Order: sequence, then structure tokens, then C-alpha cells
Amino acid sequence: MSVLVFVEIDNGSIKKTSREAIYFGARLAEQLSGEAVVLAIGEATEAELEQAGKWGATRVLHVSEEKLAHENSLAYADVLAQAVGATDSKIIVLAKSGLGDAVAARAAAKLKASVVSGVTELPDTQNGFKVVRSIYTGKAFATVEIKSAIKILGIRKNALEVVESEKSAPVEGFTPTLRESDFAAKVLEVEKASTELSLTDADIIVSGGRGMKGPDNWQPLLDLAGALGAATGCSKPVSDLDWRPHHEHIGQTGIKVAPNIYIACGISGAIQHLAGVNGSKCIVVINKDPEAPFFKAADYGIVGDVFDILPRLTRAVEEAR
Amino acid sequence: MKILVCISNVPDTTAKISFTDNDTKFNKTGVQFIIGPYDDYALARAVELKEQHGGTVTVLNVGESESDPQLRKALAIGADDAIRVNTEPTDSYFVAAQIAHIASQNSYDLILMGRESIDFNSGVVHGLVGEMLGIASYSPVMKLDITGNEAKFAREIDGGKEHLSAALPLVLGCQEPIAEWKIPNMRGIMTARTKSLAVVEPVSVDDSTVLEKYALPAPKGSCRMIPAEEAEQLIALLKTEAKVL
Repeated sequence: MSVLVFVEIDNGSIKKTSREAIYFGARLAEQLSGEAVVLAIGEATEAELEQAGKWGATRVLHVSEEKLAHENSLAYADVLAQAVGATDSKIIVLAKSGLGDAVAARAAAKLKASVVSGVTELPDTQNGFKVVRSIYTGKAFATVEIKSAIKILGIRKNALEVVESEKSAPVEGFTPTLRESDFAAKVLEVEKASTELSLTDADIIVSGGRGMKGPDNWQPLLDLAGALGAATGCSKPVSDLDWRPHHEHIGQTGIKVAPNIYIACGISGAIQHLAGVNGSKCIVVINKDPEAPFFKAADYGIVGDVFDILPRLTRAVEEAR
Repeated sequence: MKILVCISNVPDTTAKISFTDNDTKFNKTGVQFIIGPYDDYALARAVELKEQHGGTVTVLNVGESESDPQLRKALAIGADDAIRVNTEPTDSYFVAAQIAHIASQNSYDLILMGRESIDFNSGVVHGLVGEMLGIASYSPVMKLDITGNEAKFAREIDGGKEHLSAALPLVLGCQEPIAEWKIPNMRGIMTARTKSLAVVEPVSVDDSTVLEKYALPAPKGSCRMIPAEEAEQLIALLKTEAKVL
């Protein structure tokens, strides 16, 4: 019995959330006395893909078709379904993300599989197959029993603490049959800030709200993010006002993040914003209003002026190196 | 152009979540239900597209009679007719199978819905419906224009967006800023009363997942306040106390 892990490749390397998915798949395979096989689609070196062994995979199927170099959830789902057949897998594990959800959904319909998204811990496989998932945008959890023969699990970031080993996994080529209909959409243009650290992958996020008082005041926040190696995010009003690009919007109707550290600067903490960050391990709130509701959801709070505090924190980070 | 908009009936974003019956049922007491915020964007764009190109907008919900106020609201916003599949929406696969069944009886050019429902946040119904119908699906779509038989749309990707074009029919999961939410006006509310709201029975689908119980997150410990003049302490605390840096 194998657990098949679908991983996302970004700029030639396995995404951090996908590494967590490999580790999750490997632990689950261990529970079921099976093996974890990785399916990687896209350009990556053998040395990079072999690393999947560090997180517990026993082998890697690599698809390096040029037609698949550009992210294409329709074709990826097709390839995934074929790999499920080739490996006789009954469980598919992938990181919950925009691409992950799309691939999981289409593969589920092909395989008549159940898809459970937002899984937060290893399934209970003692009696039946029970998983715990995040629901109501992180405000609650549900335990769900999956009864279908094939099961697809979308893993939420930080579901498990990843432990690396020294192992490496052999890489084999996998050649799927591609369908013309999966390439019906034409890609007209891609706008991507490629140098930016992705919000969903970041361990640390520094985020700004209306308390930053204007788009020209972002430098102190960017400096702290730079010093910490953090990604930058913002609240909904900030992206609505076009102070920051839409893809930085964190919250109920924006991106949901789950970093190790979330630093909120001048964000009051509307419930819709909290819904986007409640998966974070540690929340730091900096706000001049001591009554800001965000403090109630925070681990550390500083009441003060962001423009005074941020540069001092940046210096403290640099000095601590 | 025939557009189908699928809406979810979900607790308001500010609702306090709690459970009853030994944590096996969502506690609806005092909870305001709304059209899913993402679905609301899809509906608004569908109504705009109908105004530009003509055609019809049908709004669909898989749910029990408590969804009717949300369907009436969608009719007041500008949908032409409504369909409710009379059943409790148990999981994504079940809901998608109901939507695909309705869609297969009518040839819609566009099937729009939110990128996810805000109760279970799966974000998979559009993909499931697309695959079940054998047509392409994309999400999250933040811009959409139609010319003839072709859709031009932008999809959010990690750190940016991707502009695509594809022939109809399509299933799209929508999010802001595809359109501004619409508020029904008095005339809309009056005409909505006479529009058709058809209630149909579900098709049977095997139960593939069964809910066992709900749980609330452990309560948050208190926030440790750091005086502003000692803000630098934070970095050391993140390292030594919280052990996250």
C-alpha cells in the first residue's frame, strides 16, 4: 500500500509546504505499514528531488514534460490520477493551497475519492480512517470519518513538526498520457513578483494595516521583514485602498496564513482578519491603541507607535545575529 | 448567455461558532446566515455580465428551506430564477454531485461560485463540478470578461496573477475584486417575490465522509505585554520563550 504525495515545485525546488506534506505522507504510510511515494511535476534537478527521502519518501516519480512546466491544475490532476493507478495508492496527500485544492478536486472526481481539506493532524487509522480538519476559517475543528476506497487529504501548514533524516530517495521518470483538453486555456500573461517570498510558504510574516497611515510609509515594515527573512502581508482595507497589492491581503476573504511568527503592525484585528491568521504559532501585535481587539488574540503585544518600534526591532534583529 | 451561480448559505463572518448535541451539531441559535461572501462576488459579476451581454442568471443552492431567504436575496440582486436542491449539504463531493446533476440538464455557458464556502473552506467544489461535467475549471478568479464564446480572466497565483483565455463553458471559483457586492434595491426586492424558486429533490450519492464530532480551539493564553520603551526585548522572547525564531 502506498501513500502518494503530490508536491509543488517552485523555481526548481520543492516548496516548504510540500515538504511538510511529504513528511505527513511518510508518517501516515508508516502507520499503515506502507511507503510514501512522491509525485513531482516540473523542472527540478535529481539532487533536489532526492531530498524527498529526508522527509521520509522512499521514491520519487518525476514528470518533466515541457508542456507541464507552467502550473496547470487540469493536467496535473490527470497525471496524479495516472500515478495513483501506477503505484496502486489508496491515499493521496498534498499541501492545502490554491493549486493543491484544484488538483485534489479534479483528481477526486476522476477517482471517485473523498477529498478532505485543511487536515491538521495525522489520521486515526485504528478503527476506520478518521481525520481532524480545520473548519469555519480556523474557528473550529471537525473529526470526519472517510469511507471511500481512495482518500485525498489536503494538509494545513504546520500540521506536524517536520523531522529530517539523512536519507535520500531514488528518482524515476514518469511519463503520463496528456490530454489536449487539459491545455485548452491560453496563458496570456503572468504577473509575478518572483523575488518575493511566498506568504503561504513563509515562516515569518510582517503585516501592516491602516495604522501604517499610507503606502509611502511601508519602508520600516519592509526593513524588519528583510532583517527577519519574512514575507510581507497586509489587512483588507490596505489592499482595498491600493496601498499594497491584492496578493498580500491576509484574512477571511484573502490569503489564510499559518507562519511561526505573525507580526501585525497597526492592524486593529477585525474578526475577518483574525480568521486569516489564527493558524499562526505566535502572534505579535504592535498598535498604539491599547484597546485594539487584536491584543486578545496575540501572544506578545506592544502598545506604541509603529514608526518608533519597527526600526528599533530591525536593529535588535540585526544586533542579535 | 446562460449563467449558473452556486451559492452557499453560511454563518455571517462575525458569527460566534459553537456546537450542540454533544458537539455533533452546529449551534444555529442567534447566528445570522448569509450568502457566502465569495459566492456573493460571483453573483455580482454574473449580474453585470447579464447586463452587458443579455441572457439569464440562475442561482442554485444545495440546502434546506433555511436557505430560501438567501436565494430570495440573490433574486433581488438580479438573478432571474432560483433552484434549491432540498437536502442537507453533507460534504464537497455530495454538493458537487448535486450541482453537476442540475447543470447537466441545462447547458450553462458559465458556472460561477465562490472560491470556497466559509464554513468548511475546502475550495474544491468548482473543481469537482468541472471534472464531473468534463469541462475546465479555474480558481481563484479575480477578473472576468466575456467576448462571444471566449472568456478572458485573471487568476490569483502565489505572489501575483495569471491572465488566461479559454472557450466557454467554464466553471470558475471567484473572489474579489471580480465585482463589487450588490445590495438589493426596493424594486429588486419586490420583483424577487414573483420570480421562480424551484425546489427539487437530490440525486443519491454514497456517503463518503461522515462527521463524527466538532471541537473548538483551546482558549488562547493571555497576551504578554512588552512596554514600548523595552520593545527590543521582543526578539529575545521570541527566541528563548516562544522558541519560534
